Amino acid sequence: MPFKIPFMPEQASSMAGEVDALTLYLVAMASFFTVLVAAMVIYFAIRYRRRSPDEVGGSFDNSALLEITWTVIPVLIVLFTFVWGARVAFRLYRPPADAVQYYVTGKQWMWKTQHPTGQREINELHVPLGQPVKLLMTSEDVIHSFFVPAFRVKADVLPGRYTSLWFTPTKTGRFHLFCAEYCGAEHSRMIGWVTVMEPEEYQAWLASVPTQGSPTAAGERLFAQLACHTCHQDAAGAKGPALGGLYGRPVALADGRTVLADESYLRESILNPAAKVVAGYEAVMPSFQGQVSEEGILELINYVKSLPAGGSASVAAASEGAL
Amino acid sequence: MSRTGTAETNYLNAQHGLKSWLLTLDHKRIGLLYLMGVSFFFLLGGIFALLIRLELLTPQGDLVQPDTYNRLFSMHGIMMVFFFLIPAIPGVLGNFLIPIMIGTRDVAFPRLNLASWYIFMAGGSITLLGVLAGGVDTGWTFYPPYSSLYSATNVLTVGIGVFVNGFSSILTGLNFMVTIHRMRAPGMTWFRLPLFVWGHYATSFINVLGTPVIAITLLLLVLERAFHLGIFDATKGGDPVLFQHLFWFYSHPAVYIMILPSMAVISELIAAFTRKRVFGYHFVAFSSIGIAVLGFLVWGHHMFVSGQSVYAGTAFSLLTMLVAIPSAIKVFNWSFTLYQGSVSFDTPMLYALGFIGLFMIGGLTGVFLGTLGFDIHVHDTYFVVAHFHYVMVGGTIMGYLGGLHYWWPKITGRIYPEFWGRMSAMLVFVGFNLTFFPQFLLGYMGMPRRYHAYPEEWQVLNVLSTAGASVLGLGFLLPLGYLLWSLKYGKLAGKNPWGAKGLEWTTDSPPPTENFRDAPVVSEEAYDYAGAGHGDGGAPAPARAH
Amino acid sequence: MSHGHSSALAHHFDSLEQQREASTLGMWLFLVQEVMFFGGLFMTYMLYRWRDPEAFAAGSHDLNITLGLLNTVVLIASSLTMAMAVHSAQTSRRRPLIGYLTATGVLGLAFLVVKYFEYSAKWEHHLVPGPLFHFSEPAIGGRAEVFFSLYFAMTGMHALHMVIGIALLAWILRGAVRGRFDASYYNPVENFGLYWHFVDIVWIFLFPMLYLIGRHYHGGA
Repeated sequence: MPFKIPFMPEQASSMAGEVDALTLYLVAMASFFTVLVAAMVIYFAIRYRRRSPDEVGGSFDNSALLEITWTVIPVLIVLFTFVWGARVAFRLYRPPADAVQYYVTGKQWMWKTQHPTGQREINELHVPLGQPVKLLMTSEDVIHSFFVPAFRVKADVLPGRYTSLWFTPTKTGRFHLFCAEYCGAEHSRMIGWVTVMEPEEYQAWLASVPTQGSPTAAGERLFAQLACHTCHQDAAGAKGPALGGLYGRPVALADGRTVLADESYLRESILNPAAKVVAGYEAVMPSFQGQVSEEGILELINYVKSLPAGGSASVAAASEGAL
Repeated sequence: MSRTGTAETNYLNAQHGLKSWLLTLDHKRIGLLYLMGVSFFFLLGGIFALLIRLELLTPQGDLVQPDTYNRLFSMHGIMMVFFFLIPAIPGVLGNFLIPIMIGTRDVAFPRLNLASWYIFMAGGSITLLGVLAGGVDTGWTFYPPYSSLYSATNVLTVGIGVFVNGFSSILTGLNFMVTIHRMRAPGMTWFRLPLFVWGHYATSFINVLGTPVIAITLLLLVLERAFHLGIFDATKGGDPVLFQHLFWFYSHPAVYIMILPSMAVISELIAAFTRKRVFGYHFVAFSSIGIAVLGFLVWGHHMFVSGQSVYAGTAFSLLTMLVAIPSAIKVFNWSFTLYQGSVSFDTPMLYALGFIGLFMIGGLTGVFLGTLGFDIHVHDTYFVVAHFHYVMVGGTIMGYLGGLHYWWPKITGRIYPEFWGRMSAMLVFVGFNLTFFPQFLLGYMGMPRRYHAYPEEWQVLNVLSTAGASVLGLGFLLPLGYLLWSLKYGKLAGKNPWGAKGLEWTTDSPPPTENFRDAPVVSEEAYDYAGAGHGDGGAPAPARAH
Repeated sequence: MSHGHSSALAHHFDSLEQQREASTLGMWLFLVQEVMFFGGLFMTYMLYRWRDPEAFAAGSHDLNITLGLLNTVVLIASSLTMAMAVHSAQTSRRRPLIGYLTATGVLGLAFLVVKYFEYSAKWEHHLVPGPLFHFSEPAIGGRAEVFFSLYFAMTGMHALHMVIGIALLAWILRGAVRGRFDASYYNPVENFGLYWHFVDIVWIFLFPMLYLIGRHYHGGA
C-alpha cells in the first residue's frame, strides 16, 4: 500500500500537491495558535482559580506592548498566508498555453462532455495522462459546479456565460466528479467519473467511440444550416462582418467601445446580436436565442475559431472605415 | 439582605394577564417575548437538523426522498439563521439589558420595540405558513435561477416571510443605536459602557446598513419569480450572479450580526467570572467596530468559484484576511483577562471558555477559506458547513446560552441548578465537536454540501457526526428542562448572586418596571473590581485614572 | 410650560430636549437604511445599464419625459411647501401650518395621479414586464424588458414611499388641526419633513437616471 495522509483525497493532478502543501501549512498554523491559546487559558484558569468567595482579580488590565504584539504578529501571518494562497490561486486560474480544450454542459441533473475530436459522453470524461486539459463550461438551466476532489479544482457552471477550469492529470484511474452547487432535487446524483488513461489507451478509446465528426465540422454544418453565411461573407458590402481570424482579436464597436473577440463575445453575438454591434454595420442580425442549443453554440464558436484570417480585405476595409 | 425577590413589585408581577404581555412597552417583557419566539424557532430548526443528520447516517439516502431532504436543510438554515441566530441575543439579552446597563428606564422607542417583535413574529408566521404548505427547497441562500424559475416549492411565501422579518432587525438596530447615543445615565460616558453595549452598537450598525440590501434583494427575487422580470435571468439579459453579490453584501455582515452580540456576552462573562476588568477594554471595544466595518468589504469571498475574475478574488481574499485581526485581538484579550484573575467555573464561564476554543477553530478555518488557493477545493463542501457551524453554533449559541445562564437570576429572580448547568455546558461542548469536527475532514475529502446521498467511503465520519448531533441535542434540551424548573423551585437570587460589576447587578432581581428605584449616576469605569471591591456594587467608587 | 407640552414627554425620557434629539437621530438612521434600500436598486440599475446601454437607452426613449418633468416640478414644489410647513410649526403659526401641510398632500396626490397615467400608458403599450411584454424595436426586443422591470421596481418602490408619506401626512395634519404643534414641540412635523424630502431626493435621482440619460444617442442611431 502506498503511503497516504489520512483524510486527504487522492492527489491526481499537477496542482493537488501544491494545494495540499498549503493545507498542511494552514493546519500547522491553526494548530499552533489553538494550542497556544488553549494552553494559556487552561494554565491561567487553574493558576488563578478563585480561592475564596470574596476574592477579586488584579488590576493589570492593559498593556500597549502586548496589544501591539498580538496585532502585528497576526497581521504578518495573514499577509503571508494571503500571498501563498494567491500564488496557488493564480496557477489554478490560469491554464498553461498547451492546454487542450474540452467542453462541459451542465443540466439538471447530468454532465454532458465533449472531446475536441467530437466524442460525447454523459457523466463521464476520459482524458489522457499528463495532458493539460481546459474545460469550457456552461449550463442549460440552473447554476451547477464542476468539482473533482482528486484534482483540487472546482468552478461554477453558469447559465448564459462560460466559465473554465484546468488540470493536468498525473495519475491514471477513475476519479469522482461532483456537482458542488445545489441545483435541485437530484443534486446529489449529479455525479460522475473522470477517467485518466495512458495516452495510447486514450487514443484507442477515442477510436472506439462513434462520433459525428469534430465540433468544428458540426459547427460548419450548423453555420450553413442557419444560413449564417448569407450575411457573414468576405465580400465588400456584406451585411455582416467577416469572421475569418476574428477569434482573439480586438473588435471596434459602433458605440466606440472595443471588445476582445473571445468565447463569451461570440456567444453573446449569436444570442444577443444587438448588444455589441461592430463598427460600420447595422444592427440587423436576429437573435438565435432558443434556436440553437448550448452545445450547438459551442460548435459554432469552434467553427468560427477555426476560420483562417484569409480573404481579410473586406474585414480590414470595414475596420478602417470605422476608425 | 433579607428582602425576597417576590415581595416587592417588579416587572413580572407589576401587571397580569395576557394583554399586559402582548401590549407591553417594557423592554424587559419584550425581551421575554423574544425569548419565547426564538426558542420556538430554535426547536423547529433543531428538529430539521436532527432529521438531516439521521438521513446522512447511511450513504444511500434512504430515509426521506431527495426533495424532502432538500426542504429539510433549507428550512433548517432559514429557521436558524433568520429566526434564531440573528434575533436571539439582541432580541432577548440586548433588549433586556441595554437600557439597564446604561442606566435608563427603557429603550428610546418602546412602541417601535414592540412593533419589532410583532414584525418578527409576522415574518416567522408567514415563513411557518410556507413550511406547513410544503416548505421550500432552495437552501437558505435562495440562489436564482433555481429559486426564481425552477423550484416548485413555496419560494414566494418564505421569501416574503424573510423579507418582512428583516424590518424587525432594522428597527431593533435603529432603536438600540438611538438608545445608546441618547439615553445613557449621567456619568455613563462611551468608555464606561460595558463591552456588551459596544458589541450591540456595532451589531446595530450592521443591521441598519446591511439589512435593507437583503430586503430589496429578496423583494426583487419575489417579483422575479412572480412576474418573471428577467433581472436575475440570463436568457433575458439579467445576471444570476448579481443576486449572489447583493445577497452576500448583507449575508456576510449578517454573520457578524450573529457573532458580535455573542462576543459582547463573552466579554461580560469573562469579566464577571475572573472578577477583573476585561484586558485591553478599548481594543476589545474598537475591534467590534472594526469587525462591523470590515465585514462589509468581504462579501466577494462567497463567489471565489463563481466566474469572478482572479483579481477580484485576490482583493476579497486580502480583505477577508483582515477581518481575522480584530477577532484575534479579542481572543487574545479575553484569554489574557484570566491572568491574575479570580477565576471561577460556574456554568456561564464554562460556556465562555468553550466559546474561546470553538471560536478559535471557527475563526482560523475562516482564514483557511479566505485563502484563495485553498478555498477553491473546499468551496461548497462540508468544510464550509463545519466552519460556519463552529462560528454560529460554537460561537453564537455558546454565547447565547452562557449569557442566558448568567443573567437568568436577574431576569427571573431565581437561580438555575448549577450541577445541571455544568452538565449541559459540557454535553454541548463535547457533542458539538463530535458533530462538526468530522465535517472538516469530510469537506477536505470532497463531500459537497447539501448532498442527500454520498459515496460509501465517507460513512464512518458521517456516523460520528450524527452521533455527536444526538449528544448536542441532549445538551440543548437539558437547559429547557431545568431553566423552566428553576422558575418555580430555583433558589432566590438576590441582587447580585455572582458578585459581579455592572448597573444591572445594582438593582433588584427581577428589576422593577422602571429598572431602578433611584436613577443611577455613574462615577466609575466598567468592571472596576480592583478599585472598589465587589458585592452589591451599590456604592459608587471614585473614578480611577488609567 | 403649558399642559400640552408635558403630555408630549414620554415617561422614559428625562426632558423634551432628550426626546427631541432621540427622535431626530432615529429619523436620520431610518433614512440611512432607506438609502441602503434604494442603493441596492440603484446599483442593480447601474450595473445593467453598463452591460447593455443600448437597450436601456431605447427603453428610456419610450418613457414620457413631459410627465416625468411635470412630476419633478410637482415634487420640488411639495418639498418647498413642506419646508414652509416646518417653518410655520417652528414659529407657532397654526393656520399656515395647516395650509402648507394640505398643499404638500395635494401635490403628493397629484404626483401619484400623474404616475397612474404613466403606468396605464405603459400597460396599453405592452411595456409592463411579463408574458404580454412587447418592445417595438426588433433589434432590442426582449432586452428592454430588464429596463422596464427596473423602471417599475424603482418608481414603484418610490410611489409606495409616497403613499406611506401621504398617510403619515394625514396623521400629522390631524395633529396640526388639534393644535398639538408649536415652537416648543414640533418634532413630528420636522421628522416627517425629513422623510418627505428624502422621498423627493430619490425622485431627483430617478428622473435623470430613467428618463434622461442616453436619450440623445438613441435618437442619433
